Amino acid sequence: MADDLWIIGASMTPFGRFPDRDVIDLAATAALDALDDASATIAEMQTLAVGCLTEAPNMLGQRLQKQIGQTGIPVYNVANACATGATAVRTALLTLKAGEADMALAVGVEQMGKMGLLGSAGRARPEPAGYEPSGRYGSVMPVEGILGTQLMPGVFAQAGMEYAYEHDGVGFEQFAKVAEKNHAHSALNPLAQYRKVFSLEEVMGAEMVAYPNTLLMCCPTGDGAAAVVVCTGTKLKTLDPGVRRRAVKISASVLTSDPYVESDTAQPDVSTLTKRAAAQAYEQAGLGPSDLDLVELHDCFATAELIHYENLQLCEPGGAGDFIDRRAPWRDGTTPVNVSGGLISKGHPIGATGVANLYEVATHLRGEAGDRQIEGARVGLTHVIGLGSACGVHILERATS
Amino acid sequence: MTEAPRRVPVVDYLSLDGAGGPVLRANACTACGALFFDRRNACARCGAREFEHRPLGTTGTVRAFTIVKRAAPNVPVPYVSAVVALDGGGVVKANIRDVEPDPAQVTLGMRVALTTFTCGTDVEGTEAVAFGFAPAT
Ligand SMILES: [Zn+2]
Repeated sequence: MADDLWIIGASMTPFGRFPDRDVIDLAATAALDALDDASATIAEMQTLAVGCLTEAPNMLGQRLQKQIGQTGIPVYNVANACATGATAVRTALLTLKAGEADMALAVGVEQMGKMGLLGSAGRARPEPAGYEPSGRYGSVMPVEGILGTQLMPGVFAQAGMEYAYEHDGVGFEQFAKVAEKNHAHSALNPLAQYRKVFSLEEVMGAEMVAYPNTLLMCCPTGDGAAAVVVCTGTKLKTLDPGVRRRAVKISASVLTSDPYVESDTAQPDVSTLTKRAAAQAYEQAGLGPSDLDLVELHDCFATAELIHYENLQLCEPGGAGDFIDRRAPWRDGTTPVNVSGGLISKGHPIGATGVANLYEVATHLRGEAGDRQIEGARVGLTHVIGLGSACGVHILERATS
Repeated sequence: MTEAPRRVPVVDYLSLDGAGGPVLRANACTACGALFFDRRNACARCGAREFEHRPLGTTGTVRAFTIVKRAAPNVPVPYVSAVVALDGGGVVKANIRDVEPDPAQVTLGMRVALTTFTCGTDVEGTEAVAFGFAPAT
């Protein structure tokens, strides 16, 4: 039988904008905090996985080692769109499963600054002087805005609207309620980028970015890092009682990509791979959605969170609108979702996100989440999705002692 | 005397010279029938490597839309982007034309028909022609 997998150290920096620090400072802060939290040293880490969408090609993992300890261990520089952080954790876990390590460090980090909601796609692109077909579609000019939108706010808006087309009781108001909830939740989280409560009217009345997503229904860009120290069950047995008592079991770790669907020709499908990842995770853990005490899911846009209620089986098929209408995902509801404030308000430094949601759930399972603690939390699920697409789902359980 | 300007499709899957007017043409997998608009190496659905050009239907249904209000400086806003399921197969993204960019005017499930429009002119006077969809009666 395969060995168990555990988180013994977890940390995150506050999310926000830190122009006086660089990406290595952020990664190092999270890494050192996670090591301290695990009562471990860099010398005990046998593998290192560092997720960073922008800096993975530039050997960020090795640059981090040069600040916190050059021990010569294998380093994996990981990029997988918005699933980068979860993929880095999973990479570290795979080295444990493969028997190449019994303790490993995974770090997720991003420094985005004020790059703007649309990123580089928000800048004007020069039109060509003469029309020559190029690329896989033989296009003679950039077609963003001419053949619809392929930018994130619009893609996720259309994903939500497709759900609204297929199911009753879902519209602008239901999507807006998601953001109302996550902004409210973030007020309790000192690590969140924003901590301001907005009324439903304020959410719906904010600047429209891509209907039905207003500015308050879109995640911000920002800076931040998170890290976890993971180990095998065999290794855990050798560690101090204080470490064992706070250890959090990784009951499922799943990564999927998007299988072929006919609508791929229009835009990436963010639902099928999430449904598959959730089903695999529940099977691995031997648990079901009704066992979950909290969920941190990928609310890059409010429309995305709503459809993931169904994709993760948190609601009945077709019932995502009703689920938010009856406040089930609020922190005092039946299935608290994004009690951290979610990407919408806690923030979304891309590479950090999938590690930070593990930090969030682990902190609740340890009973250490302070004002935002979900009392008695025993089981939690984390979910991220990177458009293109990659989906990571983890299920964590409190140690039974 | 002026000549009609040269016209080129903005993407190669838009055919302007079909007998029945403009039409979208997909690369159809000869093994499984999966449709693609891009240059192919193999079929994403079944792995087969043979494709044939197939003209698609020119009418369809809006399965999803968004009204884009924030875009790059040279992209005029607002505009309606939609996912259109074509009658007879094929799913495509395009703008909905000839409709107010207002959620009260665009409806999920609305019937639309292919239309074309000039989206630019290059230094030699060549016109680029794009496709969109307009409400069908
Ligand atoms: Zn095929």
